[in-house]
Amino acid sequence: MLASRRLILAHFWLAFGGFILALFLGAWQMFIRSPLHGWIGNPELYYRSVTAHGTMMAYVFPTLVAMGFGYAITEVSLGRPLTGRNWAWLGFALVALGTVVAIIPVGMGRASILYTFYPPMIANAAYYFGVVFVVVGSWIWVALTSINLRVWRHRNPGQPIPFAMFANTVGAYLWAWTSVGAAVEVLVQILPVALGLTTTINVALARVLFSWTLHAIVYFWLIPTYIAYYTIVPRAIGGRIYSEPMARISFVLFLVVAMPIGIHHLFMDPEVGQGFKFLHSVFTALVALPTLLTVFTISASVEIAGRLRGGRGLFGWLTALPWRNPLMLALAFSFVMLGFGGAGGLVNMSYQLDSSIHNTQWVTGHFHLIFAGAIVIMYFAIAYDMWPHLTGRALASIGLMRTQLWTWFIGMIVLTVPWHYVGILGMPRRMAFFDYSTPTTTAWAGWVDTSVAGGLIVLISGVLFIVVLIRGQLAPRVDPGQYRFSVAMHAPRTLPAALNSFALWVGLMLALTVTNYGFPIAHLIGLPDAAVPAIYIGGG
Amino acid sequence: MQAQPLFSPRNPWFITSVIVTAAIALIAAGFGFIWLPLMERNTSFADVWTAICSAAGLTQSSPAPGVIVQPPARLSGVFLTASTLAPSDAVTIGRGATLALRCSMCHGARGLSQANSPNLAGQYAPAIYKQLQDFKSGARVNAVMSPLVADLTTQETRELADYYAYLPRPPSPQNGRVPEIVESGAPVRGIAPCGACHGPEGHKLGTPWLEGEPVAYLRAQLLAFKDGTRHNDINQIMRNVARQMTPAEIDAAAQFYGVRP
Repeated sequence: MLASRRLILAHFWLAFGGFILALFLGAWQMFIRSPLHGWIGNPELYYRSVTAHGTMMAYVFPTLVAMGFGYAITEVSLGRPLTGRNWAWLGFALVALGTVVAIIPVGMGRASILYTFYPPMIANAAYYFGVVFVVVGSWIWVALTSINLRVWRHRNPGQPIPFAMFANTVGAYLWAWTSVGAAVEVLVQILPVALGLTTTINVALARVLFSWTLHAIVYFWLIPTYIAYYTIVPRAIGGRIYSEPMARISFVLFLVVAMPIGIHHLFMDPEVGQGFKFLHSVFTALVALPTLLTVFTISASVEIAGRLRGGRGLFGWLTALPWRNPLMLALAFSFVMLGFGGAGGLVNMSYQLDSSIHNTQWVTGHFHLIFAGAIVIMYFAIAYDMWPHLTGRALASIGLMRTQLWTWFIGMIVLTVPWHYVGILGMPRRMAFFDYSTPTTTAWAGWVDTSVAGGLIVLISGVLFIVVLIRGQLAPRVDPGQYRFSVAMHAPRTLPAALNSFALWVGLMLALTVTNYGFPIAHLIGLPDAAVPAIYIGGG
Repeated sequence: MQAQPLFSPRNPWFITSVIVTAAIALIAAGFGFIWLPLMERNTSFADVWTAICSAAGLTQSSPAPGVIVQPPARLSGVFLTASTLAPSDAVTIGRGATLALRCSMCHGARGLSQANSPNLAGQYAPAIYKQLQDFKSGARVNAVMSPLVADLTTQETRELADYYAYLPRPPSPQNGRVPEIVESGAPVRGIAPCGACHGPEGHKLGTPWLEGEPVAYLRAQLLAFKDGTRHNDINQIMRNVARQMTPAEIDAAAQFYGVRP
């Protein structure tokens, strides 16, 4: 049941439209700070571009994908049209409006603060209002997800929540709580300064509040990808979900440990005590657990597909897999990038190891490999899989899809491996200009050039992706049949209450928020003389 | 299903998840707040509670300093704000013009030097005031200037600053393309663009306008900052910059700003 096709398609088109524009900006940034291009003379232009790139890629693009895919999951898995579709359109309109309102001041050079805000830099207030609109639009999605689930449960008392909806609701609840940190930072601390009501800001508190959002937001981006691992890929390649309770445990673990770990972004910040840094380091290590469970379950699910297709022996099932199927390719590429990215992440989360790569290009390489690599390649897969059902037209360019996925994967590796390496060599991030002529910096030059080549491949791949979608939109009409999700090898008829509801896990998340964030936030609120003068960017 | 209550001590999911989460948090806290701080070699805590407070991020007052280390050379004590100098008027400018008679031998009758001394016409008043104060205090030393300003009062240094600031600034030299060191600095070596403080792009309080100063003077000052013989820059701003500059960059900056007499 896909009743709200136009709604979902609108979310996807706005997401991917913004994505391709921001991708051009990203490639331009790589190019002009490399040795291949001279100094542009005005760092402000660079930071303007970085702010637009980050705002689109981090706030607008994944939020719209999560919302659009989420509405699709709600309808397909619950088997009934979305309750509150008009509200969903309102949420979409808010995200679209917020995007425009935020991007205009960025384009005018009045908000070159990067998407992470970085107080005491203060941008034009319109930028923050735009971001707030985007987040409020996504909160409507959270509310609709919860309401639709409630309506379904009322009609199906005692039934297990369909797995896709269970996972989708985890994503919604995680985002609802995760977004609170940055929302409080913007509404309580930053906007009064941006509006001129006060001229000082407690930066330490602002950074801690942002860290509340900053790490778990990655898991919010990640959840649609994980849902696609479980609910799309096994069906698309002819397999089964190996264990649905295991899958549910992975998702509830994200709910518990994805959020109270954000202070690992502040390892070098003096305002947080090292005891809390250690605590967050430990919980960050735990977040590897749901990912390892997922890698295991999905590998087993894929093995089922390989064996059903006649694969024999220890490795024979691997060659029997449908490697020409874009979904199979996307999954394999995503896993490889998740593996590399996760291994790099172990360095970032280790309190002591982090100091060797903190604020270097390593970090930029890391989050591009995880987000733009492992996560976004599955967004492509989601779009490819759903497009015929959303447009009612065939998506025939299978060869082009494979080329697109291959180029994205190769481009991402060529882009991010040198990025990591120059980070180890000490190349700082967030700089508009590098002088490659000194003895310490000459060694970076060749790697940075390689990285630019990766950026170019990624850009070409992004354009190919849009071409595939447009061709799908123009193709002849077909009946794609009913859209459905993967089924489990042993579909559970009953589940323990803990794996069929959220209260326990939300409760643990809130409890860990109190233990891991309560004291640092209270302490920084009470710290006297902690506010510093705001620095208004581009005239404020 | 759902008959079994979720939040019940008899629900193994509830009990296990709460106990495991709490155990991880407690053990991690034990390591992070007690064991690791006590293991630190360069800090010793009076008791366990102090260690916990430190790990929680509570700031401790530092011990009272025993001996205050004095810098080897006298440093600038001038403190400038936007309102340090009162607005000039005809009286202060006139008095400054009279006082300036003793300066004209080197700095020219109308503030334009013929002797590779700085041109002062149109210079920012706070910049002149600061340099005169530094000569007076000995933070900046010069065989000619130091004895000449020794007997000036603070009021007189203000009047001199007002007078020179009042004189018309010479036209900016047209020296072709802006060198990279002036426009962009050298971020990797921590050099801010010269132009951001000294013009033409921007100006910071207390820094001099450099356009039209003699090339020889500019080069000599950069070299003096570089080897530390001039040390009246606040917080070593100019010494840190000049130390990182290559001879070619010093030359390029001096040529760009300067005029040959």
